[in-house]
Amino acid sequence: MTKQIAIDARNVGKIYGVGVHAVTALGDVSIAIEQGEFFTLLGPSGCGKTTLLRCIAGFETPTSGSIHLSGRDITYTPPNERPVNTVFQSYALFPHLSVADNIGFGLKMQGKPAKEVKAAVERVLALVKLEDFAKRLPQQLSGGQQQRVALARALAPQPEVLLLDEPLSALDLKLRKEMQSELKRLQTETGITFIFVTHDQEEALTMSDRIAVMSAGELLQVGTPHDIYDRPVNRFVADFIGETNFVEGTVEGSAVRIGTGDLLDVTLDGHSGGVTLAVRPEQVSLRADGSGIAAQIVAATYLGTDTHYTLELGDKSLLVARIQSNSAGGMRVGDAVGLHIDAGAVQVLSA
Amino acid sequence: MADKKRAFDVTTLPGFTAIAITAFVLLYAPIITLVFYSFNGGNSVNQWGGFSLQWYVVAWNNEAVQDATARSLIIAVWAAVISTALATMAALGTTRRGKFKGQTVIYIIINQPLMVPEIVTAVALLIFFSSVKIATGYSGLGYLILAHSAFCIPFAYLPIKARLEGMDTAMETAAADLYATPWQTFRYVTLPLLLPGVIAGAMLAFIISLDNVIITEFVKSAGQDTLPTYMLGQLRRALTPEVNAISTALLALTVLILTVFFIVTKKRD
Amino acid sequence: MSGRSKGLNGWLLSSPALILLLLAASGPLLIVAVYSVLEKGDYSGVRWILSGDGWFNVLFQRDIFDQTVSLADANLSIFWRSVKLSIATTLITFAFGLPTAWFIATRPPKSRALWLFLITIPFWTNLLIRTFAIMEVIRNQGILNTFLTWTGLISEPIQILYTDTAVLIGMVYVYLPLMVLPLYAAIDRFDFRLIEAGYDLYASRWQVLRGVILPIIRPGIVAGSILVFIPSLGAYVTPRVLGGGKNMMIGNFIELQFGQGQNWPLGAALSTVLLLVVLISLVVYTRVTSKDDPRG
Ligand SMILES: Nc1ncnc2c1ncn2[C@@H]1O[C@H](COP(=O)(O)OP(=O)(O)OP(=O)(O)O)[C@@H](O)[C@H]1O
Ligand SMILES: [Mg+2]
Repeated sequence: MTKQIAIDARNVGKIYGVGVHAVTALGDVSIAIEQGEFFTLLGPSGCGKTTLLRCIAGFETPTSGSIHLSGRDITYTPPNERPVNTVFQSYALFPHLSVADNIGFGLKMQGKPAKEVKAAVERVLALVKLEDFAKRLPQQLSGGQQQRVALARALAPQPEVLLLDEPLSALDLKLRKEMQSELKRLQTETGITFIFVTHDQEEALTMSDRIAVMSAGELLQVGTPHDIYDRPVNRFVADFIGETNFVEGTVEGSAVRIGTGDLLDVTLDGHSGGVTLAVRPEQVSLRADGSGIAAQIVAATYLGTDTHYTLELGDKSLLVARIQSNSAGGMRVGDAVGLHIDAGAVQVLSA
Repeated sequence: MADKKRAFDVTTLPGFTAIAITAFVLLYAPIITLVFYSFNGGNSVNQWGGFSLQWYVVAWNNEAVQDATARSLIIAVWAAVISTALATMAALGTTRRGKFKGQTVIYIIINQPLMVPEIVTAVALLIFFSSVKIATGYSGLGYLILAHSAFCIPFAYLPIKARLEGMDTAMETAAADLYATPWQTFRYVTLPLLLPGVIAGAMLAFIISLDNVIITEFVKSAGQDTLPTYMLGQLRRALTPEVNAISTALLALTVLILTVFFIVTKKRD
Repeated sequence: MSGRSKGLNGWLLSSPALILLLLAASGPLLIVAVYSVLEKGDYSGVRWILSGDGWFNVLFQRDIFDQTVSLADANLSIFWRSVKLSIATTLITFAFGLPTAWFIATRPPKSRALWLFLITIPFWTNLLIRTFAIMEVIRNQGILNTFLTWTGLISEPIQILYTDTAVLIGMVYVYLPLMVLPLYAAIDRFDFRLIEAGYDLYASRWQVLRGVILPIIRPGIVAGSILVFIPSLGAYVTPRVLGGGKNMMIGNFIELQFGQGQNWPLGAALSTVLLLVVLISLVVYTRVTSKDDPRG
């Protein structure tokens, strides 16, 4: 069964300003987000995540392209006529309204009868576990509680799509972890399409159904967390998601010869000539007996369960390995070791 | 209205820009008219008789205007100096030292002239000074200078206090750490840093004194007209372009001082 | 520094300013209150005898021949005119002032300073000059009437000068910047993301104005209204120049008692009334603004 498309952005471009001051925030972005999906926009600061979100919310109008919601063109629909709600990064709670009035605001503006508003507010308050705070003003709440109110306020009108722009960035680590699972739970319970912005790759990997990696106003890759982590399409994505070693090499037959002269039997995917191998640190293993590629340990960082070893290879290039601490068996800085790369898992990128 | 291809600007409110522009036009049209007619070559204020500076010449040569101008300037300078000096001390006393007992009382007294209708203060001073005049026999400009200095204090106080609040106490601490006595600290650190605020305060006080009508009208003795009270007296009779000319000159002075004020206060950021 | 010496230094440094203000601003207000309960002198001034006549004459008059007491209609009409014109001035300046302040606050930072400067120039310009300027516009041969005649809307100049309308126009003109500046300060502090939140939650432009903007900038609205209402109620120059002596407001009526009326106790009583109104307004203001800050 093919899923229904909730948000369909077609060739969306956005340029701020004119003339010499023009800034291209979005180049040419096409993206189809399915209904009920937890979809994450991931990318470094300034890559255009917020801009894309604001185009979907209706606060910015794309300079080119169009945006469709459930098949309807909403490119020029004002924000107050879109069944799309936003959880603002700064929360933007109305300081003059109580928690309950904040949450009921959207429904009230839609002209819903007071009874219905009240019932909906109570339902959503229970959903975010803030029943006891209904009468408080926003400034009488903690940061985490304000965050919940912002979420509840955006959920109350039961939008088709919920936009969240780095909603957790103002919270401390512990609260952040809590809210991550909370958000996931809410998304599953309500079945609303979530479009979530973050520049925290770990957050993106753990929460999302699919991730879009952006850079400089362009989409680089869209896929499941697994796709993105295991099969990055280019060096940028591989580098941005998780830690990666880049190893240069040349295709020889069905294998790749790397700088040390060793041959790696990787899956070529039709690549030829000069290539770059993206080797994850956990795809590297070490042998004390010296079999495999010759290397020397130049640094070790103990990380608890794992230890990071920085290795110098024969051609003076460096490689990082992540080894479970209890299986490392007394390897020290300065030791000569043998190095194995799980070649089948390595991703080949064009150089 | 999905077919309306216009960006949605959240800061727009219906009709607001039109009303705002109207407000600016209505604010400036009368002033511009007044300035325009001060250059009227004709004898009446009703007919445009070509460009001329004749009314400025008339005003310049009018002895009453000369006297009133001199008096206005003397009072304004004294009032600016006195009120700024006192306001600076008060600002130093009330800012950056945390809350202390009676602070609110000081604030209320300092800002009182901003709150009480001028006519009431004018009447109060009339009653008070008329008995003092009888008791002492003195009827010089002192009363006007005293009254002006008093109501200028809050205007001088405001920018000085604002400047002080924006200043880092670490500077003074550093000076003290480097062996400066409290007086040296004030003289070589606090005062130079505070100076833009003091200048701004003095300029506002000067304008406020120069512009005052009501209190001056009630406090002045016979023959002590300032420029504004002189003009008010003229208005009782027929309108003359001469008053336009005086107004324009005063206006030009105000704009000049304000421009300097903005430059002085802008520089800090 | 200990808390006590902090306070002591604060008082010491403030004392010269306080002494001058008590001498030439605040102190004499008490004398006004005292004068209001004294007997009126023969020509001017007072006799140091306690008397309720000053206060009595605020609202009532006694017939010179048969001593019958009646309401002083003339006084009442002056009060009524003052209150009516001041309220109207406050409302009209708000109607113009809110969009103007909004307009300035939403300009790009660079041009905002210029617009702000444009509103402060009239604010600091001599009240008399501005009154005089508006007089030029509305008098019979002024540009307004000339323009209206030229367009054919009217065949003869309409008499605006020396009417209540003239006083109202003049006060709106003169006090508009007093409304704009505090409104601007409030809007400038306003978090515009709240408007986005409003639109995001399906509010119309009108609903955003009523439900989000106005409640949040309320302290600015109250401040602007008080800043306009108080001087309007005590206005003296504007009604004198534009009202032409007939259309007096309280301010002119007070002056009359110290001039030709020669009834100082009545003038002092009227001044005290005005002072009380101001005091009440300020109490209302502090109440309203402290309510807006639930922590304060
Ligand atoms: N209103 C604006 N006017 C001009 N340029 C803008 C505006 N808003 C954003 N930009 C520019 O557009 C680009 C994309 O900005 P955007 O806010 O979408 O980035 P982002 O991915 O959300 O970054 P962050 O992670 O830091 O929030 C940036 O270069 C930014 O400077
Ligand atoms: Mg962003």
